[in-house]
Order: sequence, then structure tokens, then C-alpha cells
Amino acid sequence: MSNKKVFKLTVNGEEQEFLAEPRELLIHTLRERLGKTGPHIGCETSHCGACTVTLNGKSVKSCTVFVAQADGAEITTIEGLGNPDNLHVLQESFKEHHGLQCGFCTPGMITRASKLLEENPNPTEQEVRFGMAGNICRCTGYQNIVKSILAAAAEMNAAKEAAE
Amino acid sequence: MNKELSREERTDALGGMGCKRKRVEDARFTQGKGNYVDDIKLPGMLHGDFVRSPYAHARVVSINTDAAMALDGVIAVLTAADLAPLGLHWMPTLAGDKQMVLADGKVLFQGQEVAFVVAKDRYIAADAVELVEVEYEELPVLTDPFAALESDVVLREDLDPTADGAHGPRKHHNHIFTWEVGEKDATEQVLDEADVVAEEMVYYHRTHPCPLETCGCVASMDKVNGKLTLHGTFQAPHAIRTVVSLISGIEEHNIRVISPDIGGGFGNKVGAYPGYVCSVVASIVTGVPVKWVEDRMENLMTTAFARDYWMKGKISATKEGKITGLWCHTTADHGGFDACADPTKFPAGFMNICTGSYDIPTAYLAVDGVYTNKAPGGVSYRCSFRVTEAAYFIERMIEVLAIELNMDAAELRRINFIRKDQFPYQSALGWEYDSGDYHTAWDKALKAVDYDGLRAEQAQRVEDFKAGKTRKLMGIGLTHFTEIVGAGPVKNCDILGLGMFDSCEIRIHPTGSAIARLGTISQGQGHATTFAQILATEIGLPADSITIEEGDTDTAPYGLGTYGSRSTPVAGAATAMAGRKIRAKAQMIAAYLLEVHDDDVEFDVDRFVVKGAPEKFKTMKEIAFAAYNQAIPGIEPGLEAVSYYDPPNMTYPFGAYICVMDIDVDTGETDIRRFYALDDCGTRINPMIIEGQVHGGLTEALAVALGQEIAYDDMGNVKTGTLMDFFLPTAWEVPNYETDHTVTPSPHHPIGAKGVGESPHVGGVPCFSNAVNDAFRAFGLRHTHMPHDHWRIWKTANDLGLHG
Ligand code: FES
Ligand code: FES
Repeated sequence: MSNKKVFKLTVNGEEQEFLAEPRELLIHTLRERLGKTGPHIGCETSHCGACTVTLNGKSVKSCTVFVAQADGAEITTIEGLGNPDNLHVLQESFKEHHGLQCGFCTPGMITRASKLLEENPNPTEQEVRFGMAGNICRCTGYQNIVKSILAAAAEMNAAKEAAE
Repeated sequence: MNKELSREERTDALGGMGCKRKRVEDARFTQGKGNYVDDIKLPGMLHGDFVRSPYAHARVVSINTDAAMALDGVIAVLTAADLAPLGLHWMPTLAGDKQMVLADGKVLFQGQEVAFVVAKDRYIAADAVELVEVEYEELPVLTDPFAALESDVVLREDLDPTADGAHGPRKHHNHIFTWEVGEKDATEQVLDEADVVAEEMVYYHRTHPCPLETCGCVASMDKVNGKLTLHGTFQAPHAIRTVVSLISGIEEHNIRVISPDIGGGFGNKVGAYPGYVCSVVASIVTGVPVKWVEDRMENLMTTAFARDYWMKGKISATKEGKITGLWCHTTADHGGFDACADPTKFPAGFMNICTGSYDIPTAYLAVDGVYTNKAPGGVSYRCSFRVTEAAYFIERMIEVLAIELNMDAAELRRINFIRKDQFPYQSALGWEYDSGDYHTAWDKALKAVDYDGLRAEQAQRVEDFKAGKTRKLMGIGLTHFTEIVGAGPVKNCDILGLGMFDSCEIRIHPTGSAIARLGTISQGQGHATTFAQILATEIGLPADSITIEEGDTDTAPYGLGTYGSRSTPVAGAATAMAGRKIRAKAQMIAAYLLEVHDDDVEFDVDRFVVKGAPEKFKTMKEIAFAAYNQAIPGIEPGLEAVSYYDPPNMTYPFGAYICVMDIDVDTGETDIRRFYALDDCGTRINPMIIEGQVHGGLTEALAVALGQEIAYDDMGNVKTGTLMDFFLPTAWEVPNYETDHTVTPSPHHPIGAKGVGESPHVGGVPCFSNAVNDAFRAFGLRHTHMPHDHWRIWKTANDLGLHG
């Protein structure tokens, strides 16, 4: 089957150009073609959110996006949120508040949470719970995830205030 | 310098047992740098995918693979005919039965593996699956275990109906085993003579552990060296190595099994599945690595269901409520093959813990295993073997008895608890409970929630409901559970003949850091964090200087893996014992260095001091260096130890849970207002991690009690094969939990720890279910089956005439 086409993506700031079948799912492109194995596959049916990435500024479940639909897009995965020398506040906060156990949902959770806090920098607990309802965690029972996100929001707001 | 630090400061610096140490695993997981099975990519790797049966019971008339093989990029299509010459078309199960790897003439459940396609990438493999033509001839389907025991339809034609099964005589061609414990006649006599007997059928529905990561493996046969490397989502890597060796004939030293990071297990990843066998065969045939990762639908439909127990119970008591006897007959639906993951001598697991937290003098339990046209499995979903079933059974029976006696269910429990002075307690069904203080825990829990106040509020609510002032009822769910974990003593616990000990090996490096390897494998429990804490306290080196490694059978000592809350009770004990061996040698080295007799030094946090002269000491760091740089007469160089720990008994964690729930009678919706969980897991190693385990276990309990099930229609079609239909709660549905604890150490465990990972699930399920049932008690409800989804609750209200 060779109906391959050339696609372009900008992933974590790096431009990528490659040949792929249009039907290839974005999660497979990211994980298998581009080596971004942070986002995971938990269902392939848009239910679990393990595959969450940011695509053109929106949280997207990359298991149900064809690479053809993403052509030309800007994508951020967990690998693009922070690095060992400069972690994202959420990455620190999840560790600090025990917001993860097996870690399989964590990249999707943190990627989604980073977007949520952009959309709503000062969420209530209920808003966090609602805003994160597209991401399933089987281990933590969410209590510490919610705590991690609220703590990160507070810290980010405090830093913003200090800077102003 | 160390000398200036106080004892407390030195203790704190270790990060040992009891502190809320942050997890060392988290750096990689939060940065997307975990290494899970599907992240593994080996040169030339091929992908496997299954052709699966759409029918629950059918003959396989023919399989035509021509069109699939013609597809560009397809390397092989394996069927049972290809595996038969190798003797691999069937494989042994953990329960002493055998299971088809690929359909051998017939299929016994929907989704059963029929052919295995191997292709260059997962897309080509999936395309080829569609091109394999299989002709089936449908057979009558049996999905009800009671009907299966009456039916002429023979499910397992491969078995001789007159021969004994792995667990004794079989009564019918669809019967697997009967397991009996306790005294039948005596119990029946007690029931006959009792003031009060409550009787109920308690069905614990079929469900699934559904970890976020599905099962999978990468098999890689190196034909040059004759070595097979198998990466996989294995909760028991060493057992998998032994099983692979036994069925493939490859010698065990030529097999290396590696469990990398695992995305949750909850029992799903204990068993051996056809995908593993097919991947290994495919790699041997092709000479290149083969990856197989199941998708979510395959996971829910085929690998490792849990529960499916029909538990008929009778419980008797005096007029005052003192329980005199318990009788239980369970019909256990095992699906098409008996692939339950239980210790060999326990075909119904530890279901005989079903006398719970109560002093019940006489009891009898019988379990009949039955074949049906459903998926095989029967794993312990976040519980020790069948302990959730047992806890749910007894906690429902207590509630039903309370109704029968017209008594408060909290008081009924209190007057029947095993008393503190009765431990070690010999239960009527054969266990020796190690320690407990149930009354203290219970009173603390009732006080914490203001139990009397809640009951008064509930009574008022009933009045208001009757007066038409509200459409919401209030349920108070109570549970006091006793778990049995830490399997187990080799004298009565084995899997496939392998004793259920566990192990730890420690190497202290010259500069005072260490690596410890264990026979277990973390799936999110944080072993790398907590085992280092145990060691820090035992050997006096900082937890941050101790690396914990698990999951590679070439380097880790043999162990039976992580499930049934056995890691802390068994491997945790091995860790402490290995640490004590290190300490014993360190003591001799210290004595030599301090020029005193061995008995004249004693361990003090992070050092050995001369008795009576604490200013004379050698730190463990100094001792470690000396072990490598000094020639000490009579002592071998180096500082290493290994311990294989065979536990003398199980451990018995317990807890008191209370749930307060509002139920909308018109929509069936539930609102969990409050959930209080008191756990007693003995000595607490890391309170932060314990609390996290409790939150997670309760949430899985909420799922099971309030909606999660693997449901079949009469044709044997799985009705809940995707996350659309199979309930996994989100952050939106889950409450905040209040956690609490008491500490009753295990007297036989080296550090007194009992294990906690599964307690919240075991106690949580009956607690949520009791809350729902309790809400309707005032309207005449005795018992209604789980899962309590909105529809079923609405139906209960409707049946009780509450809709007007
Ligand atoms: S894998 Fe994409 S939502 Fe589950
Ligand atoms: S930490 Fe395991 S699924 Fe969330």
C-alpha cells in the first residue's frame, strides 16, 4: 500500500518532515516515527486521554487524529513542556503532591493540565475536576492529581504576581 | 560533621521508615521518560496481531490465510496447525488446566485467539487480520453457570469427563472442581437450631482490572547465542521465565525476562496469555524481534476477568445478635478455560477468609467451579486471591442479618468482632489471624463521622421523603474488613509448584551507597522509594544512596512477583532480613576497627558505637569502605547479602470504612457526600504512599460497586468491550476521601508491616454497596446486586414503589 504523502509537523518547536500514509494516527506518528514516547496509548477511542497533546493551542487526543488532519500543525508533547534543568511547575507539583503512581496517565494529565491552567489560571477544585474529566487515571483516585494542579496554579499565579 | 548531629537529625537524614519520602520514580514519569513495553523498539522488529473469534462457541471449520499472506509486508500467519508440531497450540494455565493458544478445532469464548498475523508494521498486521478467512459452525452458547451444569452441551471436548480434574473429581462435563472447607454437618445443625437465620444470594458480578496500559510483550530470539529475551508487562517475571522454559523447552538460563515500567497491573498482568506464546514462536520462526500489544477491546474481552461468583449464604445468630454459624455455597464462573491465578492448593483462592472480622464458631464453605462460554481469567483484581469476594459476601450477610434481627448494623458488628485478646485467632475456616484490634478501629471510625448523628439525619430524611419534601434518600455504608495477604508460606502456597517466597539481594558499594534487587516488580506502588526506606532504617545508609532494581530475571534474585499485596509482607521482609545480614557483618567489621569484641558494639541509626562509649563509633559509610580496603582476619572482603524469605504466616490487614451517600430516587444518581477510611496495615513505611494507595483502591472500588462490569448477552457477546461501556470513573465522579489509621503491627513480620495496596478495594466495594442498599432499608429492601449503576438503582426504587 503505497499511498504515502509528505507531511510537516512542528513538534516541541522542531520542524519535522516525513513520508507517511494519511491514515496513520497522530499518536503513532509521534511515538513511533518521531520518538516522542511520552504520550501513551490507553484506549485508541478518545476515552482515556493518555495520548493527550497540545495541537495548535488545543488539548487533543492524538489517538483519534489522522496525521493528515494534523498536517502543518504545531504540537507540544510532555517532552516539550520542560526539561531536567527547567521543569514545568506541574512536573514539580505532581511529584511534590504524589499525583502519580504507575505514571502511565501522567504525561497526558500534565499536558492537559498545562492547557487547563492557560484556559483558566485560577480554577476552583470543581473546575479542575471537570476540566480534567477527559483524562483517566486508574491508580491515584485523582485526589492528589487535583491537589497537584491546584498547587501548581497557586504557584504560577504567585510567580506572575511577583513578576508584575 | 556527623558527630554534631543529634540522634533525631541522623535518623531524619536517612529518609527511612515512617517518613513521607517523595518518590524517586517520578522524575522520569513526569517528563515522559518512562520506559513501558510499547516504548521498546528493537532493530527489525515485527508486529503481531490476532484474528479473533466473533462467536462465543463454534467449531472452526477452516482457516484460509492466502489473501492475508499475499499482502505486502505480511511475514507469517500462524494457526494452531503451525503450533501443533511444536506442542504449543495449547498451554498450561496457572490453575492446572490447559488453554488453547490458537483455536484448535473450536472456540469457547468471543474474542478467542484464532490466528496470529506477523507483519512489518501494526497497520499491515491489522489489514491482514481482516483478510484471514475463517469459516465457523455455531454451537449452542452457555453463559449461565447454573444452566451449564445442567446442559448436555459439552464445552471442553478435550477433557475426559470421567477423569479427575486438577482439583479432584468433576461432577459433570462442564464442572471443574468442588472445594470444601469447614464443617458441613455441624454448620447445618447450628443453622437448624438457631434463633434467627438470614439467607441471601449475593452475586459478585464479572469485571476486569483494566490497568491504563494493556498487556503486551516484545519477544526477541537471538539465534546466534540461543538466547531469548522477553520484555513484557509481567507482574511475575521469574514465574513467566519458568513457564516459558517449561512450555518452549528453552533452558531457563537462556531466557531473560524483563518487566520494564508497568502502567498498572491490578492482577491483569499476572497470567500467561496466548499473545506471549505466539510472539515467542514468531520470533523463533523469523529470527527477529516481534512485538504484540493488545488494544483495549482485546484487553477487556480476553485477558483476565475478575470475580463472577454466585455466593449463596446463610448466617445464623441468637436473638441478641451473637453469630453462631455461617454457610456459603459458591458457584464460580471460570469461563472456557480454568486460568485462575490462585496458589495451587486454593482453587477458590482465600475465599475461606469469608468469616471476615467476626468470631464465628462454626462455618462451612463449598465452591464449585464451572466452565461457560466466557473468557478465562479469574484474577485477583486489586485484592489477594478471591478476598474481595469473601469480604463482599460477609459484609452483605451482616447487613442482611441486621435487617433480620432489626438491629443496628454497626452494633451487630461490634458485638461479633474478634476481640483483641483472642489473637492469634484461629478461624473456623482454617486461618490463623496474626493480630488485630477491631473494636478500637471501629469506635474511632464511628466517632469520626458522628455515626449517631448520621443515623438521626437519615431517619429525618426518610420522614421528609415520606412527607414529599425530598426525592433524595440517604445511605450509610458500613464495612469492617479483614484481608489476608502476603502469600505465602511455602508449606501451603505455591504456583505451578513454585513456592511463594520472595527475595532481596543487597550490594553495598565501597563509598557507602548500595543497590538492592528484588524478586518483585512495581506497577506504580513505588517500590524504588519504599524498599529503600526499609533498607535505610535497617542498614543506616541514606535511602537516597540506595538504588532499588526489579524486573530483570538475569540480575534479580528469584521471586514470585507483585500481586495480592505480597510485596511488603514477603519481599519487604526479605529486604529487612538481607539488611540485617549486612548489619551482622558490619558489626564484626566495626568491632575490628574499634578494637573491641563483637558484642561490645551496638547499632545506632547510622553507625556502630562502643557500648557505654558513644563517642567511639564507626559509621556505616566507614564500615562499607573498610569492607573493601582492609584485610580483616576471619572476614571475607566485600559487603553483600541475600535473603530468601519464606513467611511463617499470612498477614491480616484490616480497616473500618464508612460511606455517606445521597441517592436521587428519580434518576438513580448517587452522590458520595463523605467517605471515611481507616486502615490498619501494621507498621507504616511511607504514609504518603499508603494514602495514595488508599485513594486509588477506593476509586477502583467505587467503579466496581457503581457500574463497572463485563456483561454478556445470551449469545455470549461482550456488551462492555470499550471504555464507552466499561465504567472507569473520572475526576468528576470521584469524591475526596478522608483517610485515617491505627497501627497494629504484625507479630511475625520482621518490621511489623502487613501490606496495604489492596485493602481499600477489598473494603471499599462492600462499603459503597452497603450504602446503596442501606438507603432503601427503610422501604423494605434486603439486598440488591451490584453494580449499582443509575439504571439499576432507579429500578430498585421503582420495584419498591417509590415512583408513586
Ligand atoms: S489513547 Fe487516546 S484517548 Fe485513550
Ligand atoms: S498513575 Fe497509573 S494510571 Fe494514573
